[in-house]
Order: sequence, then C-alpha cells, then structure tokens
Amino acid sequence: MNDVPKIRLQGVQKRFGPKVVLDGVDLEIPRGKSLVVIGGSGTGKSVMIKCVLGLMRPEKGSIQIDGEETVGLRGDARDRLMRKFGMLFQGAALFDSLRVWENVAFGLIQGRGMGRVQAKKLAQEKLGQVGLGAEVGELFPAELSGGMQKRVALARAIAAEPEIIFFDEPTTGLDPIMADVINDLIVHCVEQLGATTLSITHDMASARKIADRVAMIHKGKIIWTGPVEEVDRSGNPFVDQFIHGRAEGPIHMEVRRP
Amino acid sequence: MNPFAAVGRAFITFLRTAGKLGIFGFHGVRHIFAPPFYMRLIGQQIMSIGYYSLPVVGLTALFTGMVLALQIYIGGSRFNAESLVANIVVLGITRELGPVIGALMVAGRVSAAMAAEIGTMRVTEQIDALTTLSTNPFKYLVAPRLLAATLMMPLLVLIADIIGVMGGYIVGTGKLGFNEATYLQTTYDFLEASDVVSGLVKAAVFGFIIALMGCYHGFHSQGGAQGVGRATTNAVVSASILILFANYLVTELFFSK
Repeated sequence: MNDVPKIRLQGVQKRFGPKVVLDGVDLEIPRGKSLVVIGGSGTGKSVMIKCVLGLMRPEKGSIQIDGEETVGLRGDARDRLMRKFGMLFQGAALFDSLRVWENVAFGLIQGRGMGRVQAKKLAQEKLGQVGLGAEVGELFPAELSGGMQKRVALARAIAAEPEIIFFDEPTTGLDPIMADVINDLIVHCVEQLGATTLSITHDMASARKIADRVAMIHKGKIIWTGPVEEVDRSGNPFVDQFIHGRAEGPIHMEVRRP
Repeated sequence: MNPFAAVGRAFITFLRTAGKLGIFGFHGVRHIFAPPFYMRLIGQQIMSIGYYSLPVVGLTALFTGMVLALQIYIGGSRFNAESLVANIVVLGITRELGPVIGALMVAGRVSAAMAAEIGTMRVTEQIDALTTLSTNPFKYLVAPRLLAATLMMPLLVLIADIIGVMGGYIVGTGKLGFNEATYLQTTYDFLEASDVVSGLVKAAVFGFIIALMGCYHGFHSQGGAQGVGRATTNAVVSASILILFANYLVTELFFSK
C-alpha cells in the first residue's frame, strides 16, 4: 500500500471551449513528499490544482488519491475525500464576514461539527503555530496585512490536520522577508503534520525552500520533473529559461511589440 | 452577420440560461430540506431580509396607499364614484400594490446585496474555499437565503398591506373628508380573505425569485469588480422582470374562472 502514490494524475485533460489548458498531465507525488509545480502564467497550474481538488472536472484522464479514482466522485465519497485536503489560496480567500478565529475554525465547526468553544481553542493554537497571538483571532480579515492574511490562511489550511495540503502561489504579493517567513512556516507545519503537499508557484526562492521535487508545466504539459537539487542542472532549456527569468529562450510570451 | 444565426444564438443562450437557472433553483430548494441546517445563517438572513427591509417597504406602502386614495378620488369624481376610495384602496393594496411594489423594493435592496456578496466571494475564491473546507456552498450560501426570503416576504407584505391601507385612511379622512369610522367599516366589509391570501402567496413567490436571482447571478459572476457589478445589475433587473411576470401568472391562477 505504501508504494501507492498519495496523488497520481494520468493523462489529465481540461479545456475551456477551444482552448486546451491541460493537455495530458502526468504526475505522481509519494506520501509525505512535497512537489512544487513551476510554470508561467496561464500554463494551467491553477486549473490542475482545481481539478485535483474536485473544483473542476477534467474531460479526460485519471486523478487518484491513495489509489482511489476521484474524478466524478460525488456525495459522501466526495465529502470524505475533501476531509483529507487543506488548501491555501493565492489571495488567502478568508471569509470577510467572519472573525479570524472563526475562519481558522471554519472547517472544524461546519465540516466536522465540532463545538464552537473547542474549535476556538484549537484555532488559537493553530494561530500560535503561525506566529499570531490569540488577540488577532478577534479581528476581521480586512484589519490584517497581506502577510498576516496569508498566515491566517495557512492556519486554516492546517487546522483540520489534513493529509494533503495544496498551496496556490503562497508567497505572491508579499515582500521577500515575509515570503521567506511564510516559506519557513509552510516547511515547519508540513513537517509537523507529515502531510503530502502539492504547490504551484513562479517564485523560485519559494520552490527551492519548500520542494522535495519540482515539476515544470508548459502549455498544459509536464515537461520536466526532478529533485529540487537538480533543477539548476536539468538540461532542459525551458526550465533553465524559467528559473533564470530570461526573456530569451524557447518560451515565448505573447507580447505585442510597440 | 447572418440575422438568422444571431436569433438562433440568442435563443440557444436563453434556453441554456433557463436550464442552468432551473437546475440552480432545484439544488437550492433540495438543500433547504436536506441536513445539516445552518440555523445561525438562516437567522441572520431573516434579520437582513425581513427586519432591515421594514423601513423601505413600510414607507413605500404608506406613500402608495396615500397616492392611491388621492388618484381614486380624483378619477372617481369624474363619474360620481368618489365613495369607492376605501374599497379600491384596500383591494389595490392587498391584491397588487402591496406585494408587487414591496417586492420590487426588496429586489433592489436584497437581490443586489446578495449578488454583490456572493459575487465577491466567487471572484476572491471564497466559494472554492468553502468547498475545500467540506462545506457545500449551496447549503451554506444559497439555501438559507432562499428559505429566509420565501418566509419573510409574506410577513413584510402583510405589514405593507396594513401600512398601505393606513396611508389611504390618512388621506381619505384627513384630506378628502371621509368619516373615520365609515372608512374603516367599509374597508373591513369589502375585504375578502382571498384578497389577502393571494397577495401573501404572491409575496412568497416573489421572495423566492428575489433570493434566487441574487444567488444565481452572484454565484456565476466572473471577471473581478466589473463582473460583480454586472452580476448585481443583472440580479435586480432579472428579479424585477420575473416578479412582474410571476405576478401575472399567480393572479391568473387565483382569479381566473
């Protein structure tokens, strides 16, 4: 059973009208490992993660969690699957109408039926894990800075101690120091939980810090995968261009010259 | 451009939207009756839709009743029917103006607010976040709003009916010279239960439409702030048109022989 990858994608295809976004994605993530998918904007990273989460349904291909097919899963089976997941959204996606602690405890109260008093205590513990005091729990998300919102979102993602955590651009929009703080927190929290993680980013500093393995997606296909240590000597011109952030290379941005 | 193709495309879009709306409404209703029930959220929506709409609905009803009395008096005087003010005010308010004008006002307030709130949640990925936290967005966002609006509109309209008739009474007795006791007695004698009941049934249908349009357009908004603005406008416009359409259907159902 331990040989079965925690997450496996085979030939996943997704299109929006005539535009093919995922064109046969194959990926495997072993249990307890962290895979970071890198790639430019519009290459299908977010769509891929939404397909795994079940927020979008691929037209073709297979997505397995613990060896179980999840495409088309509904009802109780989908609910059981969702309990394995935690997700940190790019814009934090905190619920504005709820206090910070209610955001963190949301999955525990609504999803698992935990009492509010117990859930609040647990939420304060999780806020502590991401370096925020209990007093922050009484604020509303709009009263927090971007970095604090990301930390709260991380606390929410780990609150129910999920087996798999997804990170969508965890450091986008943050200054380099706060980005590094978030990266450290992600590494620390994931180690504590022993969770499997799938992240997408174009921040190479973040990728190097949180990844065990790196995969590069381009035009809806995975074009390279390997251990994070090998990303600098991948021998793949697409990967080289991306990690060095060069305008010249095989990846052509669709920019109209003046 | 081929005009036949344009008409065909518009017709297919209409059918597709009607189908999507039907499925959306079906899921919304299904989740009203299936546990878990979010009582706290239902309570919040009851306050937001019912209690906080009272001033606007009450004022609208008051002025509608007042102007109705004036108009009937002026119009009726042309064929010596001034004495019918009390009868026509109570009939007009309970059957038509109470539910329709009340619902249009609530549509402007509530449908827009729902579309804006849910639309913002959509474009900021909060609805996706709900799903990842093992919470069904239909159950959490749509069902409480549909239920609260369907329950609250009849109550609002009942209050609007009373205030509207009072508006007619104020003008009738204060300005047009009707005797207070006679005006009230005429109103009471002329009113039938079916007049009020039909208005309340209409109100429940309108409440459902208001919440459905707000939730549907919010849920399907896309494209950032502009998309949320478009969803809000569409919610109010479509709710208003559907209210007037449903008003005809329910009236036909109640009063056709």
